[in-house]
Amino acid sequence: MKLKNKWPKYYKQDVVTHYCPGCGHGIVHRIVAEVLEELDVGKRALLVCPAGCAVLAYHYFDIDVIESAHGRGTAIATGAKRANPNLFVISYQGDGDLSAIGTAETIHSANRGENMTVVFINNAVYGMTGGQMAPTTIIGQNTTTSPIGRDPEFDGYPLHITDVVAAFPGVVYAERVTLSTPGGIRKTKKAITNAFQTQIDGLGYSIVEVLSPCPTNWKMTPVQSCKWIEEEMSKEYKPGLLTDKREEKRKTKG
Amino acid sequence: MNKVFMSGNHTIGEAAIRAGCKCYFGYPITPQNELGEYMAANLRQAGGVFVQSESETAAINMVVGAAATGARVMTSSSSPGISLKQEGLSFLAGFELPAVVVNMMRGGPGLGNIAPAQGDYFQSTRGGGHGDYRTPVLAPASVQELADLTIAAFDLADTYRTPVLVIGDGMMGQMKEPVVFPEPVKTFPEKEWALKGRGDGPSRYLASLILDGLEMERHNWKLVRKYQEIAAREVRYELYMMEDAEFAVVAYGTTARIAKGAIKRARKDGVPVGLIRPITLFPFPDKIMREIAHRIKHFLVFEMSTGQMVEDVKLALNGRAEVAFHGRPGGVIPTPVEFARVINRQYQRNYK
Repeated sequence: MKLKNKWPKYYKQDVVTHYCPGCGHGIVHRIVAEVLEELDVGKRALLVCPAGCAVLAYHYFDIDVIESAHGRGTAIATGAKRANPNLFVISYQGDGDLSAIGTAETIHSANRGENMTVVFINNAVYGMTGGQMAPTTIIGQNTTTSPIGRDPEFDGYPLHITDVVAAFPGVVYAERVTLSTPGGIRKTKKAITNAFQTQIDGLGYSIVEVLSPCPTNWKMTPVQSCKWIEEEMSKEYKPGLLTDKREEKRKTKG
Repeated sequence: MNKVFMSGNHTIGEAAIRAGCKCYFGYPITPQNELGEYMAANLRQAGGVFVQSESETAAINMVVGAAATGARVMTSSSSPGISLKQEGLSFLAGFELPAVVVNMMRGGPGLGNIAPAQGDYFQSTRGGGHGDYRTPVLAPASVQELADLTIAAFDLADTYRTPVLVIGDGMMGQMKEPVVFPEPVKTFPEKEWALKGRGDGPSRYLASLILDGLEMERHNWKLVRKYQEIAAREVRYELYMMEDAEFAVVAYGTTARIAKGAIKRARKDGVPVGLIRPITLFPFPDKIMREIAHRIKHFLVFEMSTGQMVEDVKLALNGRAEVAFHGRPGGVIPTPVEFARVINRQYQRNYK
């Protein structure tokens, strides 16, 4: 078999990564770039980047990009998509961004059924600010602001935000995937492809939650991180399809 | 279009649509709800977009998104809501995105009440949000001016790639006056920087994160130069009965209307007083103040606040003249009789 080294068209080649070793952003960036090319939407794409580690995504993607204030990604995406429905709009967000400071924007953009796609990187921790507790931090997990492990009595429970929005009528496609295994990465690409296609078909809101390693802030090796996702994080956040209303929406769209 | 009788809030909506505003995002708050309602009723029919957002924060960020695509966009609110929008205003300034933001000020701080007030002068003219930026601020004093300055605000925003504030209060928004609208704007300057998808060209990005220190400094100086250019070119003011005045009142917006009534009364009492009305609060009309200070040595500032614009008057005059202040901090609208009494007292004190 001959391996073909094909670099995605919308992924810049000459960039030295700023992400930590073992971080999941690089994998998801590449998948997003590949799917943009495969579905031929890169030329009309607008990527909304979060405050947080992925804020510099414009260094990597060769498409139009705008940054967002912390948590406001889907509000910016709403404005852009409503102003120019021909744009293919992706809001790329982390867990602090999407499920803490941006909860209202997340809930309401989903509930309005905005025809956009959210790529939600869940690594159960605030990465860029140095490893503080996130709403998605799992029970017992050590972070700099839950130093003896997340205790629901003091810190509340892990927030399953994707499950919440998946229940909304306007949310057409929601899936949770993981980067911890090669099979998981293949499923991630499939889910992102489905989510993008949902928007291309004008069916409504789509979201893919990606369980993603953060070795630096978890204080683990990349291999240990993948194992931790498999053994601990996946128990709290079970990978799988959360909702798929594409057929139903297609019928009502006529 | 013939002269119509219209409320201030509706007038802003109609003027915005005629100015080519394609998107309105907002969250209800008194005393400017009629503006959002007008946009809900009329903007979609005009081929535009109306979204009632979940919060003021979301509304201003929707403005960011729509402005980034090159559309003419607007949001409106009142004082507590504008505080929430300051985050987005700072980002609009950092991204250099054009947008029009209307603030119908009310009494405060906190929830305060819905009575007319001018307590947001500092917030409006000093940037308001975080960082080293300014926003042009237009302060209409009639319904006709609400129409004219709303349209001017869109043009200013596009010219300088900056958010522009139009500030009034409950009285400006609720009162009805005859107004003539200009013909709708049909052509707009091309926005080469707008994010519309890269197409076959190079990709573009809008970012306010600049990690490199020198580059950050360059960006900030670039913004400063822009504000200096605005300050040099976009000052607006009105002089009322100033030709033969020996004594100058300075007031804007609703307060300026009341001051005009007071000046008429004071003139009857033989007080040679006139009004300097800043129409742009940033840039502040400091040059005309200095020119007037060559012949007039006493200024009296009226505000519906405990004293905010008075600082800009003092900065403009820089010791060239005496500056007195009379203000009511919101909750109560001062009357022409009250202002006339203050004018008379000041005149007696300074000139007799």
